[in-house]
Amino acid sequence: MNELAPPAKLLPWAPERTGEAPHSLPPARRGPGFAASTWLAVRLAWRQLRSEKARLASAIAGVLFACVLVFMQLGFRGALFESATNLIGAMRGDLFLMHPLTLASFRPEPLPRVRAQQALALPEVERAVPVYLAQATWRNPESGTRRTIQLIGVDVAAGVLDFPGLAPLVDRLKRADTLAFDVRSRPEFGPVATLLEQRGTIEAEVGNRRMEVVGLIEIGPSFGADGNVVLSEVNFRRVVKERQVAAVDLVAIRLRPGSDILATQQRLRELLPRDVMVLTQAELRAHERRYWEEATPIGFIFAFGSLMGLVVGMVIVYQILFSDIASHLKEYATLKAMGYSGFYLSRVVLGAALILAVTGFIPGLALSFFLYDLVGSATFLPLRLDLAMGLSVFAMIFGMCAVAGLLAVRKLRDANPADMF
Amino acid sequence: MEPVLLRRVTYAYGEGELRRPVLRAVDLTVREGEIVLLTGPSGSGKTTLLTLIGALRAMQEGSARVLGEELNGAAEAARVDLRRRIGFIFQNHNLLGFLTARQNVAMALEQDGSLAERARLARAGELLAAVGLAGHEDRIPARLSGGQRQRVSVARALAADPGLVLADEPTAALDKASGHEVVQLLRNLAKSRGVPILLVTHDPRILDIADRIVAMEDGRIVAQEQASGAAAA
Repeated sequence: MNELAPPAKLLPWAPERTGEAPHSLPPARRGPGFAASTWLAVRLAWRQLRSEKARLASAIAGVLFACVLVFMQLGFRGALFESATNLIGAMRGDLFLMHPLTLASFRPEPLPRVRAQQALALPEVERAVPVYLAQATWRNPESGTRRTIQLIGVDVAAGVLDFPGLAPLVDRLKRADTLAFDVRSRPEFGPVATLLEQRGTIEAEVGNRRMEVVGLIEIGPSFGADGNVVLSEVNFRRVVKERQVAAVDLVAIRLRPGSDILATQQRLRELLPRDVMVLTQAELRAHERRYWEEATPIGFIFAFGSLMGLVVGMVIVYQILFSDIASHLKEYATLKAMGYSGFYLSRVVLGAALILAVTGFIPGLALSFFLYDLVGSATFLPLRLDLAMGLSVFAMIFGMCAVAGLLAVRKLRDANPADMF
Repeated sequence: MEPVLLRRVTYAYGEGELRRPVLRAVDLTVREGEIVLLTGPSGSGKTTLLTLIGALRAMQEGSARVLGEELNGAAEAARVDLRRRIGFIFQNHNLLGFLTARQNVAMALEQDGSLAERARLARAGELLAAVGLAGHEDRIPARLSGGQRQRVSVARALAADPGLVLADEPTAALDKASGHEVVQLLRNLAKSRGVPILLVTHDPRILDIADRIVAMEDGRIVAQEQASGAAAA
């Protein structure tokens, strides 16, 4: 065996020892910058994806699936919360007074009617009208079955609380035993709109009282009530006999034109006792919505559904990227042997993931638009796809693909250029 | 300065009782422009030696200066940098199947930041013409014959003006005629550029391209002879 000592730091034949001029190194090649090499890596990823059409199609289908699933879950979630607050959302007024213990409009805590008059103390307040809310049974005019319907009793002539379609009905609603029916109520209440069109007016039975339907308004079903009717204060009390006039459920306030809503809200809070909350319409709506978010597992269910969609999409993308690397290990090892760094190859894999994110998201978005239309018209749910939602779903899909890519990158370690020979 | 200068390179696989030495104090020098063939039975350590010189494997003992860089103790980043200055030719062509011949050759140039895309493709085209593949630039490897693919990998190995070409059994997958054609081509291109080649083979049909033939056995260099073929070429 050769028993020589291991080489010293400077080898015996090093130019420093032999007195030769130290050799000049060839000029180091400058690699392309980060942006340029990333572009080349992404282009390589695209060329690789493109070369296997079937695999690319299944990867895109996976992302598309995740994308549509998330869009639908978020759409349903938004639509359900939206419709949960249909009643409140349809009440148009500048400010509202509500009892602090009222959690949701279907179970209101009454407040003294006198607060409406007290609010008039402020010069900005033009009118303040009490609103009575109650639920009563409604008999389907065609089949005779009974369901619970939401009654909204208000001084309709005051023009403070406005619902779409209410204005032309005001005079007719002043008559005794009349009501306006919410055309967007669930169909179980009967074909009121059709009957009204055929006969002009129809009779209805509300809380054991015969009433006349004089017209249609638009509110829409909410979680608390499947249907709504609007009637005058007097007619409301005829149906709900036990209700005391002094106990109202909501006060709607109209301000003089040009008044500052927020400043008036602040002054009303100072003016009125602690047994009322002063809310803007948006705040009232948020209050109602928060109740349904907290009282029901709806938010959780849809968040969970979205997460499942993302997980499934991630697994699909990961599988595709992983098998792509596994079946191209030789090529990746060759690239490593040619001097491509692990970082460059990671960018190839991540580039592939992000290409899949974009190419899956675009058809996913288009399909979701189509499905929103289809499902929205079938269920009457207000499905809405706005820019903010599109961006946030894209961010989720992007993140999903990035995580899948980062997981798949670990497989690159198996590409060992020393095994190439 | 010699492109390859190995002193007492020792290498073993495995640990402890399973430790199996494959290289024992190998000394080897490859001079500028020289074509060296490394032969020997399988298991003699020639491929391990090639991967050490190619900076594909971390050194264990001894000293290896390749293109002026000491490899013993070199960091991974330094080895990656060195690999860019070496042209590799593998037993199987190892071309990227989803790229055309031209794009495959251009891959070797994409690490040079001074070249634009157009220049890379033009240079790749020149090299493909030099290996006799003019007109086949836009074919993918699957549509080329075995000899043509290996010629593409010769072009790829030489594209980035390497200081050294390492080849491992480049003719193993080829028949006699095309195998000989490929190594002749490699030899001529390397000679005209002054690039040294270290070529592992046990294909006796191509010994005639060598300037020097080095025989290995059991992890040691057992014989070196100045080849006769070099004078004839």
